[in-house]
Amino acid sequence: MALYNDVLMEHFLNPRNAGAMDAPDAVGEAGTDRCGDIMKLYLKVADGKITDVRCETYGCSVAIAAGSVTSELLKGRTLAEALALKNAQIAEVLGGLPEEKLHCSVLAEDAVKAAVNDYRRKYNGV
Amino acid sequence: MYIYADNAATTKMSQRALDAMLPFFTDVFANPSSPHTPGQRAAEALWQAREAIAAVIGCSPREITFTSGGTEADNQALLSAAWNGAKIGKKHIVSTAFEHHAVLRVLDKLERQGFSVTLLQPDRDGLIAPMAVDQAIREDTCLVSVMTANNEIGTLQPIAEIGAICREKGVVFHTDAVQAAGHIPLDVQAQNIDMLSASAHKFHGPKGVGFLYVKRGVELHAVLEGGGQERGKRAGTENLPAVVGMAAALKESQEHIDKYREKLTIIRNRIIDGIKENVPHCALNGDRDKRLPNNINMCFEGIEGEPLLLLLDHAGIAASSGSACASGSHDASHVLRSLGLPEEVSRGSLRLTIGEEITDAQAAHIVQSVTEIVARLRSLSPVWHDCEIGKRPFFFD
Ligand SMILES: Cc1ncc(COP(=O)(O)O)c(C=O)c1O
Ligand code: FES
Repeated sequence: MALYNDVLMEHFLNPRNAGAMDAPDAVGEAGTDRCGDIMKLYLKVADGKITDVRCETYGCSVAIAAGSVTSELLKGRTLAEALALKNAQIAEVLGGLPEEKLHCSVLAEDAVKAAVNDYRRKYNGV
Repeated sequence: MYIYADNAATTKMSQRALDAMLPFFTDVFANPSSPHTPGQRAAEALWQAREAIAAVIGCSPREITFTSGGTEADNQALLSAAWNGAKIGKKHIVSTAFEHHAVLRVLDKLERQGFSVTLLQPDRDGLIAPMAVDQAIREDTCLVSVMTANNEIGTLQPIAEIGAICREKGVVFHTDAVQAAGHIPLDVQAQNIDMLSASAHKFHGPKGVGFLYVKRGVELHAVLEGGGQERGKRAGTENLPAVVGMAAALKESQEHIDKYREKLTIIRNRIIDGIKENVPHCALNGDRDKRLPNNINMCFEGIEGEPLLLLLDHAGIAASSGSACASGSHDASHVLRSLGLPEEVSRGSLRLTIGEEITDAQAAHIVQSVTEIVARLRSLSPVWHDCEIGKRPFFFD
């Protein structure tokens, strides 16, 4: 039996929107004390909507897959919608995560929050 | 083509060992403690296995005690030496910070019971200096335990020299040779060893069986109480098929030991050099020459071991990493930490322990796959990215 399900493995093996972005409108980085892993999200935003996303992950396979799923979920969303994204939703797309791997999806949620807050700080002055 | 390169975790059973075992499940199944004819046939086979093992490591058959594996042998060796010491008021033990947990956890327990333990740190190359052992030995030292070969980084310790120091000072010397037995020659007399642990599944024997050599004159104590098997030192009906398989596997390993040592050393070095040539900012962990012929352990900056292992598996290579990821924590292992590597660097560690049957083509595939996979994970990594743009210093040149 493989360690992870096909959906998760597919995202891990072929992460979407992976890598850095030139001239992003916002960047958010999150880390987790639990394992020291880091995720960085780059956003392009137009008319309050996320038009492009890139994701960098220093972490485990599940974190890489979670970053991939998150980058897909974010495209086309408004910033408010992005802020509402919960780790449970990411975990669900990945076919559910074992207890000790839930924090890998929390890492992605935190990176989204950091990126949206970065955008708001830069452009809305808050 | 799937390449199994995790032989430090466990090895495949040798066909010869398996063939040797089979009659002992069905034909010679009687209890070696029974006085009847079938029982005595079993007892004789048990003795022959003991003789075969003793011949390989250069001791007398009576100095071999069969156990359920390396863990039990380590436990029994340390506890026996500690109890012997306590009887004469000696309650200090010298060991190393990068022993297997089968040693370290027992030492923790002994510490809680009032023993004092000095754990020597290896140098950056993963070696323990005999001088350091010499200096750590006190008036009240009852035991020195230093592993022959480290299970993660494969470094070979100067066992004979350490043994000589212990002899001179009258301190019992135990070595965990679980990774070494069957892979490098052992001679308990030439190497001044008083106690030695080994485990069959690391040298193509069955799992769940091992042995402990204890030099005559060093008192061994039973950890498992019960029947009088193993001269009363290890109760429980003997696992005769496993013991026979272990003896056959050790004998076979010994026959090929030089041939495979030579072959594996060449291929091991080729893999190390190949990876180092292709992959920037990586390093070999542990001394390059004083290491097991099959062990490659490297750190790659900017990535983690867990996705590296998964991608290698996907590329048809079974490897292992020095960090525990099953628990969801990526803490570096105590072995890598003992080398003084920064936490973040040691998280990107990879252990490949190649098998005797490895081909040149497989070695090339390993180099190629590691090269590609490390590059791929680095292209995803914000840490690597920061190193590249100079926001974060590289640790390795
Ligand atoms: C150095 C060392 N000591 C002890 C052990 C434990 O041996 P066993 O698995 O036979 O209990 C191992 C196995 O991983 C080992 O590598
Ligand atoms: S183990 Fe830490 S992010 Fe997955």
